[in-house]
Amino acid sequence: MELMTWFTELLEGNLIFTPQTLSYYWDGLVTTTQLVFLSLLAGLVLAVPLAIGRSSRHRWISLPIYAYTYVFRGTPLLIQLYIIYYGVVFVDGIQESIFWPLLREAFYPALIAFTLNTAAYTTEIFRGAIKATARGEIEAARAYGMSQSLMMRRIILPSAFRRALPAYGNEVIFMLHASAIASVVTLMDLTGAARFVYARFYAPFEAFLFVAAIYLCLTFAILYFFRFLEKRLLAHLKPA
Amino acid sequence: MLDLQGYGPRLIEGAGVTIQLALLSLILAIVLGLLTASAKMSRSWLLHKIATLYTTVIRGVPDLVLMMLLFFGGQMALNVATDALYDRFGVDWYVNLNAFAAGVLTIGFIFGAYMGETFRGAFLAVDEGQIEAGRAYGMSDWLVFRRIRFPLMMRHALPGLSNNWMVLLKTTALVSVIGLSDMVRVAAEASRATHEPFVFLIPVALIYLAIASVSEWIFARLQKRYNVGFGGH
Repeated sequence: MELMTWFTELLEGNLIFTPQTLSYYWDGLVTTTQLVFLSLLAGLVLAVPLAIGRSSRHRWISLPIYAYTYVFRGTPLLIQLYIIYYGVVFVDGIQESIFWPLLREAFYPALIAFTLNTAAYTTEIFRGAIKATARGEIEAARAYGMSQSLMMRRIILPSAFRRALPAYGNEVIFMLHASAIASVVTLMDLTGAARFVYARFYAPFEAFLFVAAIYLCLTFAILYFFRFLEKRLLAHLKPA
Repeated sequence: MLDLQGYGPRLIEGAGVTIQLALLSLILAIVLGLLTASAKMSRSWLLHKIATLYTTVIRGVPDLVLMMLLFFGGQMALNVATDALYDRFGVDWYVNLNAFAAGVLTIGFIFGAYMGETFRGAFLAVDEGQIEAGRAYGMSDWLVFRRIRFPLMMRHALPGLSNNWMVLLKTTALVSVIGLSDMVRVAAEASRATHEPFVFLIPVALIYLAIASVSEWIFARLQKRYNVGFGGH
């Protein structure tokens, strides 16, 4: 109760940051978080098998995956988003399918574009980590008579994940920042909320500086989370 | 085929805008990056703090938000400044912030922070003995920088530089959102008007891929050049 009165007093006389606009920012924060979290999760799930395939010795497996990562890493996310957002209508039979009510909203095309994009970057991060596995570890696994898949599961992947952690942390921050373009396809994410407040009050500094501060806090939260993870998981690599 | 329902010439113009924008912001980013790296390594406490604040804040906020802040906010600040000029001194002067200039300034300003980090690491990797040798030859500070520190630093900076350039190139797509007619904006407008998104968006994606491939080749050659005398890679 006391908190509530403190809050209303704080906002009193402020024309821009009313409870109403703050609720837009809050909804934007929720949308941004959902979008980033879901696309990262789906991207991660896609990236693990893709990275294994990308490290394969068979060119007919690794080459198509390389083409995929090359295209998605070589073009702007905005273009990918436009192609999916404007192009989804043209997929045959999509308007009759059960997914249409979902795909008609901007959220799901954006989620698909972000997922494919982060999966491409994450695939390359994991591939680098898999490639960097120490030869001795692989030889030891072979000497124990492990099969290829057992070796992948028990030896290569666990150590590759740890090696990939710092680069993956950067990817997460990159994704958070990239998600700002969701506002371009009418989504009310954090940036969308800021654009709305700017357009309504013609107050660019208040609208965008406030949202920049929120993004900065989120970035630091991710940064410290990954630093904490690295400290726990990479303790054995620290100089004694 | 190149006509693309009449949008072809505009699309090519847009590609020109994208390339100019990318190259000009790259130059600005490199200059700012060198300044930031020097500030970070300087003995002055204040310079160090300012540079750290700059790189931390810029790298913590999305490009699009910074772009909107500088573009919309910059125009407003300019208006306030020119209004004040009029009130105080009767100077009637109006500056319209052009979207291209705003784009170059914002992208250059953003990537200056990334370049600063790249250059700082590269400068630190230069062997101190080489600098001392230069001084022992009686070279001035500037000559040491030009002949020894800079070429040696570039060897370490190139991989990061090439990476930053690739990200910068893709970031230029965002200026379409603040109203600049680069190729992304032309393609998006054309897609909405004709309801044929693939016809316009896929060629634009291919142009980005082509620029990226050419840049990769140029950077590989540069890397070779700066590695002369170090053997292997």
